[in-house]
Amino acid sequence: MKLTDADVRRVAQLARLAPPDAALPALAAELGRILDLVEVLDTAATDDVIPLRQPGDPILPLRADAVTESDQREALQAVAPQTAGGYYLVPKVIE
Amino acid sequence: MSDRDLAPLHSLRDLAAELADGATTPAALLEQSRAALDACAGLNALITRLPAPAAPGASGGHPLWGVPYAHKDLFCTAGVRTTAGSKMLADFVPPYSAHIHERLDAAGAVLVGKANMDEFAMGSSSEHSAFGPVANPHDPSRVAGGSSGGSAALVAARAVRFATASDTGGSIRQPAAFCGVTGIKPTWGRVSRYGMIAYASSLDQAGVIATSAVDCAIALQCIAGHDRRDSTSQALAVPDWLDQLDRFDLQGLRIGLPTPMYGEGIDVEVLEAVAEARRVLEQAGAKVVDVDLPNAGWAIAAYYVIAPCEASSNLARYDGVRFGHRAEGVRNLEELYTRSRTEGFGAEVQRRILIGSFALSAGYYDAYYLKAQRVRRLIAEDFARAFEHCDLLLSPTTPTPAFRIGEKLDDPLAMYAADVNTVAVNLAGLPAMSLPCGYVGRLPVGLQLIGKSWDEGLLLAAAHAYQRRTAWHRVLPESLR
Repeated sequence: MKLTDADVRRVAQLARLAPPDAALPALAAELGRILDLVEVLDTAATDDVIPLRQPGDPILPLRADAVTESDQREALQAVAPQTAGGYYLVPKVIE
Repeated sequence: MSDRDLAPLHSLRDLAAELADGATTPAALLEQSRAALDACAGLNALITRLPAPAAPGASGGHPLWGVPYAHKDLFCTAGVRTTAGSKMLADFVPPYSAHIHERLDAAGAVLVGKANMDEFAMGSSSEHSAFGPVANPHDPSRVAGGSSGGSAALVAARAVRFATASDTGGSIRQPAAFCGVTGIKPTWGRVSRYGMIAYASSLDQAGVIATSAVDCAIALQCIAGHDRRDSTSQALAVPDWLDQLDRFDLQGLRIGLPTPMYGEGIDVEVLEAVAEARRVLEQAGAKVVDVDLPNAGWAIAAYYVIAPCEASSNLARYDGVRFGHRAEGVRNLEELYTRSRTEGFGAEVQRRILIGSFALSAGYYDAYYLKAQRVRRLIAEDFARAFEHCDLLLSPTTPTPAFRIGEKLDDPLAMYAADVNTVAVNLAGLPAMSLPCGYVGRLPVGLQLIGKSWDEGLLLAAAHAYQRRTAWHRVLPESLR
């Protein structure tokens, strides 16, 4: 599949990535080659085949609707880049 | 090859007996490991080396008590940095430990360090690490394989007796093959992934690398089994694998040779080494049959849709807010996300996130993701049909021995092709091993054994039967002779 710089920029935006403009042509060519590789799947006859999401189609168990985790806010927030008063800090969202 | 080129026959069982009768001590083993880690520091196989590994508590009689080991650096270890080979997590010290770490800790195994790996387990050479490439102990100009390259290199260099690893598309078997060691990827769901940093969750599986099938059995026995914190870990009894190894007889074992795994692109010397291994098994009474996997040719394509799609979703969590790298000087939330991720992820990870985001985006989801999942079922059904005619499958693990560092770094497609014989196994969720079966010059060749779901025991037993008849698993890197 041929991708344009704009295609790559759009996908990158969806993925919250920002490759530099200078890298876009090479990246478009590279991603295009990978998509060419996977497009051989088009030739597989799969009309009545149910997608396999996980090996063995496991029935995943439901756990009891009960509290199992204790409060570990301090431990979990100790690895956060910026917190204050028990909250995670991000740039201002509402002006 | 002379006897001095071979490591002595000495399993973890022998070691446990020596520890039990006082012939050696955990302190002595740790000292040996420390010296070996110093000697192989040039391989760059460790990301974090524990300055003072904790001595084990009183022996509970577990065969891993006092045994030095390394974790692939995607298993969370409370209080010890866990990076997944990424700048994103370069300073991440997890507040909790992976299930398998708790198991190994309880057994009294001694963690000496966290092994280098391809970033977020994405790669087949361990060159995609923010901490630099891992060199192969058999030839430091060559790659160790990936993504569990550090784990395989440390075991090959005899710096640890075993290492944990993970396998999404071949990441245990391929580096085990390249480094001349033995690795097992168990059935998907056999080992809890609680605390294992995710890449592609319908494919990711934790396992181990060691120098023999016996040692793999002992290490895997410790970490296998249900854990309520990973709902995909199955509540099945774990058999006593060592017992199975001891009782096993190759007589009458039916081995299938999947013809597509012997096809174009497989080196002649690799094929010869695998053919010789087949003869060894036949002479011991195994029967060999050809089997077809008619849809195997699509495995790489299906894998390189499904894995990147799941990766793009799994790695959405790295946003610079809760943990991991955070960009400085951003103006708004969008820029915080975007710059943190662009700065934190390396090229291959970004490539796979982009492919996954593209394949999952509006208008492409059915054509790529659903299509790949349909093909995935065809591939799984191929294996089920093959196993109507045989008990396990045998193939080369990789098309070639270890390639040169840098050789495929600029060509993602060539790198992906190194996974041609391993990815189908993950798509089907089957257990598989790689064990050494010969050398091309200085470079080891890996033999892949693939089993039915939940039949790790037969794989380990057949591998052990082979290793009782051969010495390839004991060949030391030249630097250790």
